[in-house]
Amino acid sequence: MIAIVDYKMGNLRSVENALKRMGAEFVVTADAEQIRRADRVLLPGVGNAAEAMENLRSAGLVDVIRSLRRPVLGICVGMQVMCRCSEEGDVDCLGIFDARVKRFVPGLEVKVPHMGWNSIGNLESKLFKGIEGGEYVYFVHSYYPELCPDTIATTTHGKMFSAALKYENFYGTQFHPEKSGDVGERIIANFLKL
Amino acid sequence: MVAKRIIPCLDVKDGRTVKGVNFVDLRDVGDAVELGQYYARGGADELVYLDISATREGRNTFTRLVERIADGINIPFTVGGGISSLDDAARLLDAGADKISINSAAIANPELINQIASRYGSQFVVVAIDAKCGDDGIWRATTHGGSRFTDLELFAWAREAEQRGAGEILFTSMNHDGTRKGYPCDTFARLAEELTIPIIASGGAGSVADIAQVLTEGRADAALAASIFHFGEITVGELKSELKQMNICVR
Repeated sequence: MIAIVDYKMGNLRSVENALKRMGAEFVVTADAEQIRRADRVLLPGVGNAAEAMENLRSAGLVDVIRSLRRPVLGICVGMQVMCRCSEEGDVDCLGIFDARVKRFVPGLEVKVPHMGWNSIGNLESKLFKGIEGGEYVYFVHSYYPELCPDTIATTTHGKMFSAALKYENFYGTQFHPEKSGDVGERIIANFLKL
Repeated sequence: MVAKRIIPCLDVKDGRTVKGVNFVDLRDVGDAVELGQYYARGGADELVYLDISATREGRNTFTRLVERIADGINIPFTVGGGISSLDDAARLLDAGADKISINSAAIANPELINQIASRYGSQFVVVAIDAKCGDDGIWRATTHGGSRFTDLELFAWAREAEQRGAGEILFTSMNHDGTRKGYPCDTFARLAEELTIPIIASGGAGSVADIAQVLTEGRADAALAASIFHFGEITVGELKSELKQMNICVR
């Protein structure tokens, strides 16, 4: 069973719909026991990283997430809270990935938020099996995880950042695979097969 | 580099898409989900669904339709038309919309932008501006399809919308809309200069060259179009491959 963690960080519907389209069974839950028992855990999230950390704390899920041994996929803010810390609300995060989350500095060709389709490269994980470097995925964010030893995909928006991270059984994508067309569905399918 | 986006816009009335010819490989051009999937397969980067229903029943039908669109489409989509409160926005978010577009409601009540953005995030809020350049050479926001001027100067209003939390600006020149003579690229470029959020260009495209120009000289991040796609003049795929040949970064 797949568990989608419901910690009140935005709408989970697009992730649910993607799993439905793929015929996968899932539960939407904030229950620690159900999350611990799940074969796969998805941690989506749209919004503010500090609020996301606060919500995980008040749901009693901080140590639960950290202690998971089966594949976990954080998406967008769900990935950012798995990093070391975030400039958004100046908050300490779960510290699973060794990256800090920083704010984009707007510039001539650097719109903030970074919104739309951008290409991913330097792909280094089974998560990207069957996907070529240069494929486009959909991003919407104003904060990014810096490059670090856990980086398994990169994207450039003004500067190069981590489009995806991996540490042991933990995975994270800054982009939204559930909104990234066929490429995104392939990435989710790969995650489910890990 | 983030790709320039091509966004087909679909008008929906009482739950059915209107306008458009029958594409050969499409069973029902009036089915919003099927038409959306057709565009998505063809390389559309996002979709915009605009509810032009005038009745409450039509609006309710639209909400149910948004649920079906969210179930069936794997790229982002924006919904607009008749959104005038936080409740409207919440209803469409719950139905699965990725973004909502607000226009006259934001002019009537600018605080609505703050309310929606602080509740659901800036990425959820597109502020649409229909502006017209008057005889005095000043661009002002209009309502009612360009027939009524407001006292809001375009650039000031766009900056205010950004400060209040808009995640994108969808700008239509009512001087150009429907003319098929291209976009006011200087005006778009100045908007890009003054804002840090992405700008979607709408209204006026008659050719690939027009779209290419607004994405380069006009510095727009995305181009939204309806009739050139719906009437089968060019497919999204053909447009994008022509843009690519002009060295414009597209997916």
